[in-house]
Amino acid sequence: MWVVYTLNGLYFAALLFLISLGLNIILGVMGILNLAHGSLYAIGAFIAAWVIIAIGMKVPVFFLYVTLLSGLVLAGIVGFLMEKSLIRFMYKRTLEYQLLLTFGALMLLEDVIKMIWGGQAYYASAPFDLLGKVEIWGHIYPIYFLFVMVVALMAGLFIWLFMSRTKLGIMLRAISLDREMATGLGLDINRLSTFAFVLGSGLAGLAGALVVPTTPALLGFGHEPLILGFIVVVVGGLGSLKGALVGSLLVGFTRSFGIAVFPEIELPLLFLIAGIILVVKPEGLFGR
Amino acid sequence: MIFIALLFIPRILSIHDLMLFEYGITFAIVGLGFNLLLGYTGLLSFGHGAYFAAGAYSVAMIAKYLPQAYSLEILIPAALFFSLVLSIIFGFVCVRHTKIFFSILALSLSMLLYALLFKLYHITGGSDGLRVTLPTLFGMSFKGIRRPEFLSGTYYYFLLGMFSVSFLVMKGIVSSPFGKALQAIRDNEVRAELIGIRVRRYRLYAFMISGMFVGLGGALWTFVNGHVTADLSHWVFSGEIVYMTLLGGFGIFEGPIIGAMIFTYLKLYAMGNTQYWMFVIGATLIVLVLILPNGVAGAVSSLWTKIKLKSD
Repeated sequence: MWVVYTLNGLYFAALLFLISLGLNIILGVMGILNLAHGSLYAIGAFIAAWVIIAIGMKVPVFFLYVTLLSGLVLAGIVGFLMEKSLIRFMYKRTLEYQLLLTFGALMLLEDVIKMIWGGQAYYASAPFDLLGKVEIWGHIYPIYFLFVMVVALMAGLFIWLFMSRTKLGIMLRAISLDREMATGLGLDINRLSTFAFVLGSGLAGLAGALVVPTTPALLGFGHEPLILGFIVVVVGGLGSLKGALVGSLLVGFTRSFGIAVFPEIELPLLFLIAGIILVVKPEGLFGR
Repeated sequence: MIFIALLFIPRILSIHDLMLFEYGITFAIVGLGFNLLLGYTGLLSFGHGAYFAAGAYSVAMIAKYLPQAYSLEILIPAALFFSLVLSIIFGFVCVRHTKIFFSILALSLSMLLYALLFKLYHITGGSDGLRVTLPTLFGMSFKGIRRPEFLSGTYYYFLLGMFSVSFLVMKGIVSSPFGKALQAIRDNEVRAELIGIRVRRYRLYAFMISGMFVGLGGALWTFVNGHVTADLSHWVFSGEIVYMTLLGGFGIFEGPIIGAMIFTYLKLYAMGNTQYWMFVIGATLIVLVLILPNGVAGAVSSLWTKIKLKSD
């Protein structure tokens, strides 16, 4: 059974990695803690579910998986709109305003989802079913979970290469390290910040889209991932991509083994671990 | 003068409106306490729901496990005590950090309490929560009276009394040297430390006091609501507390009181009129933050100053 627990831990970690990566990019480049990140995750889930239900059966199998990208795209679009309308006002303001503004956005988006998609559950399990199961060390395991891990890994690699090798990525890193200096060097902060926000939101949407074949999309979908994402970000270190990786593994495994061993304790245990890490090293494991 | 008017409210308002008013008053007490930390000490906690829950669950747990002690004169000190203990423990951890770390730490700790309340179903009732019935007060029993009568009768005056006491106590605190020191810490932490103010210690005291006020509000709230659930410790609820304080204006003493009253009515109005009430609340919050950063009280006060200047 430990094989299954470990694999589940990796699966949770994969999803959390995408979410926290997004949060960290936004936090690092813009210095904004986006409380509405979970809503973007939910939007990704709903749009992916909707697209799969609408056209899933009519396209070749390969395209079915491509539709998951629709989650990424729509979340990115919403992120873009959000940044243009709201976030830009937050640069000069203090933390309290940021948190409140994004909190307001969270409530707003929650009901926007309700307006568009209603209160029902959207089941879109086709991608999950089609991949079938595989036998690993004597245990049956759904291939879809492995697929998700691969996608997350690829996304992580992509972001890492992007941040270290491309000019755009280096510019983003420059802004996150020293905003003033970056402005002084002539970087277009506004455009780059928007880009960072869209990128982060897209990652959240991708995570939501990936989850939807396994769990129906419901209202309140984004609440738990948001809080878990926060824990990962805080534990791993604000703005640190390495921290997002380590943090998500930590949280993913705690969750997986916690649920297996003593379900009641899983959530409190998680917060306790986070609390302890924060007390000992408040910047997080890899934080500045 | 306003106080005299408040005494007559039960005659004027219907039961339903009165209950709403009482909700507002309990949150006003919460707001006063919360603002000591936010407005006067400059610390934003997204986890104050934990102390509200502490106060509320003290009442509910005593109702469940110690019914013989279920009377207001024991319940209120118990609620104060438990919220004090919790705020000392959590506060000690939180005040060592500032700004975003403080907010997140406060949030995480409140979610820890939420998770415990939620999962320990057999003790706390989990997501079903616990029922809260009418307590006794100094031996006066209210058996046989239904909740609405209780609320519009004795309890209203009790609540008003508690509110007045809280108001005066908080007023005293912010005007005292301690209160001034807190403001100094808020304005310039380094300088405050340099002139000899023990920053971390004072922050902890502010945290403890605000925790107690919030816990008191929580306890008083339970009688109006009749029911407590784990959500009281969830960060979204803490967010509502922040919202109220900001709505009223955290720069002014009376701000949170006004904010609490407005929010209570706003939320219920929105909930009653549309199923998309979260949209309304969220949109209002956004508009508020962008246009009225000093809250309603702040805007009114600036307006007042402008008018006065014009008339000179």
